[in-house]
Formats: sequence, structure tokens, C-alpha cells
Amino acid sequence: MNANSKTHSGNPLTSFRRAVGGLSDGVRDRWAAAPGWARWTGYALLIALAVIAPHPAIGSFMAPDSHWPSLLFSPIGTFVLLAVGLNVVVGQAGLLDLGFVAFYAIGAYTMAVFGTKYGWNFWGVLIIAIFMTAISGIVLGSPTLRLRGDYLAIVTLGFGEIVRITAQNTDYIGGARGITNIPHPPTLFGVEFALDPLPYYYLLVAAVVLVVIVAKRLERSRVGRAWEAIREDEDAAELMGVPTFRFKLLAFFVGAMIGGLTGAIWASKVIAIQPPNFPFILSATILAAVVLGGSGNLPGVVIGAFLVAWLPERFRGFADYRILIFGAALVLMMALRPEGLLPARRRRNVLGNGENDAGAAATESGGTTASGDAGDKEVAK
Amino acid sequence: MLNDFINQVGPSTVGGLSIGAIYALIALGYTMVYGVLRLINFAHSEIFMIGAFAALFVIMKIGITGPLTGIALVGMLLLLMLVAMAASGGAAVVLEQVAYRPLRRHGAGRLAALISAIGASIFLQELFALVIIPEVFDRPSQGRIQVPVPRLLDRETLLTIGNTEIRNDHVIIIVSAVIMMVLLDVFVNRTKIGRGIRATSQDPETATLMGVNIDRVIRTTFLVGGAMAGVAALLYAMELENLRYNVGFLLGVKAFTAAVLGGIGNLRGALLGGLALGLIENWGAIFFGSEWKDVIAFTILVLVLLFRPTGILGESLQRARA
Repeated sequence: MNANSKTHSGNPLTSFRRAVGGLSDGVRDRWAAAPGWARWTGYALLIALAVIAPHPAIGSFMAPDSHWPSLLFSPIGTFVLLAVGLNVVVGQAGLLDLGFVAFYAIGAYTMAVFGTKYGWNFWGVLIIAIFMTAISGIVLGSPTLRLRGDYLAIVTLGFGEIVRITAQNTDYIGGARGITNIPHPPTLFGVEFALDPLPYYYLLVAAVVLVVIVAKRLERSRVGRAWEAIREDEDAAELMGVPTFRFKLLAFFVGAMIGGLTGAIWASKVIAIQPPNFPFILSATILAAVVLGGSGNLPGVVIGAFLVAWLPERFRGFADYRILIFGAALVLMMALRPEGLLPARRRRNVLGNGENDAGAAATESGGTTASGDAGDKEVAK
Repeated sequence: MLNDFINQVGPSTVGGLSIGAIYALIALGYTMVYGVLRLINFAHSEIFMIGAFAALFVIMKIGITGPLTGIALVGMLLLLMLVAMAASGGAAVVLEQVAYRPLRRHGAGRLAALISAIGASIFLQELFALVIIPEVFDRPSQGRIQVPVPRLLDRETLLTIGNTEIRNDHVIIIVSAVIMMVLLDVFVNRTKIGRGIRATSQDPETATLMGVNIDRVIRTTFLVGGAMAGVAALLYAMELENLRYNVGFLLGVKAFTAAVLGGIGNLRGALLGGLALGLIENWGAIFFGSEWKDVIAFTILVLVLLFRPTGILGESLQRARA
């Protein structure tokens, strides 16, 4: 590791931070200043891009070594949807969840159990899966959300492990062997769901669009403002009359539903699921996607998830070393630009909310500057 | 059911106390770093792993194949303990320099530091799985498979109470853990740098104003916490006799649970929490079966946090404040 260059020369590091930051901040500011029609065109272009993405011409560049449409479905599509879900919890409400994979697993297992044991229709089970994960979000959240941030992190990590180990030890849901022969979704508008990943990919794209719209509307609503207030300073929010516990629970609820939705769609494609499909590293990866992209900012989160899912697949040439490089990249990224590639406009200081946040405060263009420090210490007691 | 429990409670208690002592030693690292930096040092589990493999490396270099006895055993255990402490402590200091210090300099927040810690943890695990275990330990393309550790001491029953056998390895683990705890307690409470650590954990800004060199305090905290993980690593390698690249993950989570259970930031709480966690999960395993051990441990964590969020002994490296 390049310990020396990092610790003894603050200046090159700082200037590199500025360079990276300037570029993506410029993009963000221009986007924010763009008129309505320009933004709508932007959205339309993005959706069009998602629709033509599976084309072989794009695939040959994006993933020369593997089957591109399969990658688009999983990990890329599933990561994006999971990251949008986790962003509600981590980015918007500021609750650190290290066990998000649990909701993904519950969604997948619900789909598998109802599909194989009861032979229910995909769409019916999809709704049940979302319902089940929402319940599990409340079951996990209601005792733990009274805890402060770091404890919440470790309890959610424990919850993720509990879900996985329980699946492994319960014979009713297949134990360590998992569940096989999960039925595919029924034919929809003449499109047959079978082994071809394309229909599933478009299903995911539709889910992402829907979820992003919901998340965006929530963000702009009273709920979103309450989440923002809680994230910035929970005590102050409570004093201002925000029922913090209820809104934190709602964030868990929404995030869990999105996680469950992803898991259910994924399970209907892959035919077989096993407990080792839901390791802690997946939670960590999704969290990394959210933070790398820019916690709290949807476009950033989507880009972050795309990069985290795609880069390791693109560089399959490095084969085994991908995860190693991923780990090093996380450390490096946090040193260079802890607020992510495309941080939210008003929220630059979420990640700069540390003990000595002079650096973050200096780059903050307005609004809350010094409040982070004091609030942080209160929480720490 | 109850009969099972009565039959097994003795052996489970001994087993629980010895694994609990290992949890406690690892928990010290979490608790000290948390006390000073308010950071969950997620890569602490890999610090533990490095110590364990360092001890194994020396075992292989010396060429121990069979169990030792007498003076040779004591000398070897002390040597290996020093090696593991040095490796873990050194690795912890390097980790702090590489993964945490740059973030602190730039005023990045706690979430960023946690992500950096997770990144470092992934990096170190993969480094061992891909490079160090295959190359250094000469197990090409077997980096993810368990590495056996040669037997260091023969298990001998020292004392039998009812159906409970107390073996020499249990005694070694518990006694070494308690000695380390006492030494650490003296270090933090009686030395100058120990006072610096306590001051920093109370209020870093005031501590700086009072002339405490925060960087030095943090480095010392990582060094000492890492060294304790090194002791735990040797004891673990001696007792379980096999290692893996991700041996630290579950132990690390459990040890953090132990730290929270005892009251995070509280050194004596870490000892108490570790022993309590070891006992509870071993006793629980009698009822539910050992495959549910980890679930029991995490459930306990949730329950403790619900009813007494500051842990058994309360928080703070200095004294209970909550």
C-alpha cells in the first residue's frame, strides 16, 4: 500500500480530491440549474439507454468476457434496485444498515416457498414478498431503531446473519441445500419468461423506474423532509416536533420493501437459491455502492451501484483479484472523496459529519455548517 | 431437556469461559478504538487473523510437528504470543495510518471511516486468500481452505468435578486472558499515555488543549488493541487448531457484541461481556443445538441493547457516564 505518499503529503491528495470533486460537482450543479424540459429529456434519454443497453454492440464493449444481458439483470440491475432501496435508509434517513441483504433474502425465500410449495402465481407472490419484507422491516426496526447509529449498524449486521443462519438450519425451506425449481413468472403481453435474461432485465428496469419515482416523490414530501431532519440532527428534529421514531421506522419499511421486491424478482429468474447467496459481503457491497455514488442522491446511487456491479465483471481478466481491488478501492475512495461521486446538493456534509469537520464545512456552500460537530458529540454520549 | 442441561452444563461452562476469554481479548480492541475515535474498527477481525497466521508462520519455520511439554512449551507459547502481538499490533498501526488517518485529516465523518474499515477488511481477507496463504504457507490454489495448525500441547485433564473436566488448555486460555486484562487495566489507569487515552475518550478537544498528543494516543490505542487481538489469535490457534482467511469475521462480530454487552468503551466491561457471551451461547446451544449458537449470540445483543443500551457495566473508557 502507498502509505507514505498518503500520509506525508497532504497536498497532492487534496488537489486530487479537488479535481475529482470539481468535475462531478460541476455536472451536478449544471443538472440542478437545468430547466424542466431539459431534465425530462435527460430522464427519457436515460430510460432509452436502459432499454437499448442489452444490444450486443454495447455488450461487446461493456462485457467482452461474459454474457452481457445476464450481467445486466444480475448483478447490475439487482444492485441498482437494492442500492435505491438502501439509499432510502442510509442516504435519506441516515440510518446505517449493515444487514440489508436480509430483506433481499426474505423476498427471495418468500418467492421460492410460495412458488414451489403452493404453486402461486408470480404476481401474487411478488405482493406477498413485498408485504413479508415490509413486516420484517418493522419487526427488525421497532426494537432497534431507538438505538444510536453504531449500535444500529451492528444489530442490523447481526440480523442479516440471523436470517442467513436460520435459512440454513430450517429444513422446511431446504436447509443448506436451499430451494430449487422456483417457477418463472407467467407470460406477460406475449413475452415469455424462461431462461433468457432479457425479459427479466426489462422487468427490473420497470421496477427501478417505478421505485425511483416513488423514492423521489417521498424525498420531496413531508416524509422526505422529516428524514432529512433526522439525518442531520436527530435531537433537533425531535425538538421541532418530528416524530423521529415513526419516520425512522417508515424508512426501514420502505427500504425493506424495495429489498424484498428485488429478492423476489431475482429468485424467479435463477430457479435455485441457497443460504450462501446472501452473505454479509453483499450488504457491504450495496452499502459501498450507495456511499461511492453519493449517499442521498438518487442519480449518484444508481451510478455507484452500476459501477460496483459492472467494474468487477468488466475486468474479469483480473479474475480472483477483483474483490481485493474492490476493497482497496473503497479505502482509496473514502480518502479521496468521502462524500461520493455525485453527492446530494444540500447534503454535502452528511459524510463530513465527523469530529473535526473543518474540511467538510469549508466546502459546504451554505446552510448548516458547524452544526454537525455539536450534534455528533451529543449522539456519541 | 432439563436433564440434558444438567448433564452438560459443566462442560459447557468451561468451554464457554474459554471461548469467552478469547472474545474478551478481541473485544478490548473494539472497545478501546471505539472509546477514542467513536469508530467501529471493522478491520479489527483481520488484525486478529494476521496475528494468528503470524504465529502459524513461526510454528512452521521452527518446524514444530508434535506437542511440546514443560519449559519448551511455556517458552514456545511466550515466543508465539510475542510474535502474534507484534504482528497484530503492527498491522493495526499500519491500518490506522493507511485507512483512517487520511480520513481524519480531511474531516470525513464516521460513515466514511466505517466504509473505509470495511474496505480494508475485504482487502486483507482477499490478500490472505489469494496471495499470502498460497505463497507464504505453500498451499497453492487452496487459499480459501482451512489451514491446519500443528498441535502445540496435549490436552490433559487437570481436575474433574462431577462430569466436568477442566483441561490444561482451558486454564492457559483463561489465565492468559486475565493476566492481559490486568496488565491493560494497569496500563490505562496508571501510565501517562493511559491517562491520555482516557482523556481523549472523554473529550478529544479538551484533551488536545491540555497537551495530549492525539495522534500518538490513537496510534497507541491501535497498537495495544491490536496486541490484545494477537494474544487472542495465538490462544485461538492453539485451541481450535485450524485457521482460515476469514476466521476473524464471525469472531469479530461476536467480540463486538461482547464489547457492547459489557458496555462499549469499558475495559472491564469487555472482559465481563466476553465471558457472559461465551457462557450464554454455550448454554443456549444445549437447548437449541450448536448450529443456533450464532443466532443466540445476536439475539442476546438485541435484547441487551433494548433493555440496557449502555451494557452491563456502562459505557466510557474513563467511568460510566450514561
